[in-house]
Amino acid sequence: MRTIWNRLRLGGKLCLVVIAAYFLVALYGEVQYRVAKMRDVTPAYNMVHEELRYQPPSWAHPMGTDNLGRDVAQRLVQGARISFQVGIVTSLIAIPIGVLLGLLGGYFGGKTDSVVVWLCATVASMPGLLFILAISLVVGQGLLGIWLGIGLTTWVGVCRTIRAEVIKHRDRAYVQAARVLGYSHARIMFRHVLPNVAHIILIQFSVRFPGAVSTEVFISFLGIGVQGEPSWGVMINNARLRLWQGVWWEMTFVTLAIFALVLVFNHLADELRDILDPALRNEG
Amino acid sequence: MFRYIARRLFEVIPTTFGIIVLTFVLFNVVGGSSAEVVLGKNATKEAIAAFNHRHGFDKPLLVNMEKEKPLWDSQFCRFVVDLAHGDFGESTERREPVIDVLKRGVGPSLSLTVPMLVGGTFAGLALALLCAAFRGGAADRAVLFGSTILMSVNYVVWVLAGQFVLAYKWRLFPIWGYESAFYLVLPVLIGMLSSLGVDVRFFRTAVLDEIYKPYVRTARAKGLSGPQILVRHVLRNSLIPIVTYVSLSIPYLFTGSLMLESFFGIPGLGSVSLNAIHSADLAVVRAVVVLGALLYQVVNLVTDLAYAWLDPRVRLG
Repeated sequence: MRTIWNRLRLGGKLCLVVIAAYFLVALYGEVQYRVAKMRDVTPAYNMVHEELRYQPPSWAHPMGTDNLGRDVAQRLVQGARISFQVGIVTSLIAIPIGVLLGLLGGYFGGKTDSVVVWLCATVASMPGLLFILAISLVVGQGLLGIWLGIGLTTWVGVCRTIRAEVIKHRDRAYVQAARVLGYSHARIMFRHVLPNVAHIILIQFSVRFPGAVSTEVFISFLGIGVQGEPSWGVMINNARLRLWQGVWWEMTFVTLAIFALVLVFNHLADELRDILDPALRNEG
Repeated sequence: MFRYIARRLFEVIPTTFGIIVLTFVLFNVVGGSSAEVVLGKNATKEAIAAFNHRHGFDKPLLVNMEKEKPLWDSQFCRFVVDLAHGDFGESTERREPVIDVLKRGVGPSLSLTVPMLVGGTFAGLALALLCAAFRGGAADRAVLFGSTILMSVNYVVWVLAGQFVLAYKWRLFPIWGYESAFYLVLPVLIGMLSSLGVDVRFFRTAVLDEIYKPYVRTARAKGLSGPQILVRHVLRNSLIPIVTYVSLSIPYLFTGSLMLESFFGIPGLGSVSLNAIHSADLAVVRAVVVLGALLYQVVNLVTDLAYAWLDPRVRLG
């Protein structure tokens, strides 16, 4: 980890700092959310102030207030919480599935590999966003639907890259040596091969994360995702209503928050790929 | 050649089966009957039973073990048979066959997505060639930086900003409707821009993969100019990954664009699907999902066969 930090260019380091800042904000949002829930009170970001509707940015409300007089900055923090939740939870679903299947297929080859390739081909054929929406719809509205929808469809990319890398390692000397020593397949796969392909997981995480965040915004914007909580998608949909009458602040700040987070992640993913996987340099 | 075609055709079968099973599991096993959503919470038991009977949700899932009924009188078998007949059931919201709803939507979707794909591909290729010509230089870095920025703008924001600034503030385009080709200009532009970032980066990589090969040096030694080499030699050889990449979006031409169509009032399959999702019209959603996936198979197959025909390395390798 230390060496990765040292090898990042200035831009990459900056991105990591921004991500860490976002993460702290999201963590603060999580604490705020939990405390409000435990005390069973309306949290500040959901507090309705009829007299404060559509206030432009001021010292009291640095990002203004929305259609119910709620503080936009407070809601933005909660949006960050939900975005990180989605990014992390969907990674926790997609990456283990992808890594496990990729390892199995790449290591064993033959029939096992055919099954893995078949699974990938089947899921990859499904029409992306519509399939995710259908899963969220069937599972039930709310965050769980989003988690499963994004998590269960995006493991294919992880699986394919891991599998391709494992195939390169399968016949290397260290794997053969381990086999001669009589180690079990599971031990060779997880103790010997996995650490050698672990950098792919890091790259895939940084590639998947902004994608998951963007998809959640899209789904919540359409009103199929998060309900009753200030997700960034919900906020954009909310801000859209009065944009025509010059209420610009909610839209502007939410848009900027999403853009900056996705941008730094995209750039970080680029740099990580350059550092960790020279063979893939410049790949789109 | 024949063996290659046969093998490739054979490979389609398990994937098609997988698609059907996956769709069935999602919509029939996990999803089940949408009677409550469609009929409302206060629907009588009789009404729900009638609804389930009409849409076949009262049958067993896999095999029918009831006496005097054939084993295959089940939801799964019915789904497969109906699919083979092109029968996608009845839209619960519009009360007409799903296939009619779909047929109406394909035309408008294509009128939006085809210009988007063609325009986007040419714009992306032009920028990628520009990058390749000045690789490592200021123009290259500017385009790369710009494409990362483009990639990071949320799709929702593209649509809202385009509508708000270009159509509402500056009144350059109509905001909503499907009356003439002019109505399509703004959604097509937005669609192109939103995918341009990813496209340029992919095309650039494809072109750069070729540019260091020996034949490029030979061409230069022959005295050909930079643009000649790029277009005549490099571009042609980098077309394989590019055509694969572009062909993968062909299925999406038919299923349309969810956001653009609903927000610009284009009555295509995208807005049909989104409406269906909002009203929990599972029959329509299921039909679009399974058709999209099957179409993906067909396009993939055709692309692979085209390569085998065009490039001997593929069928012999």
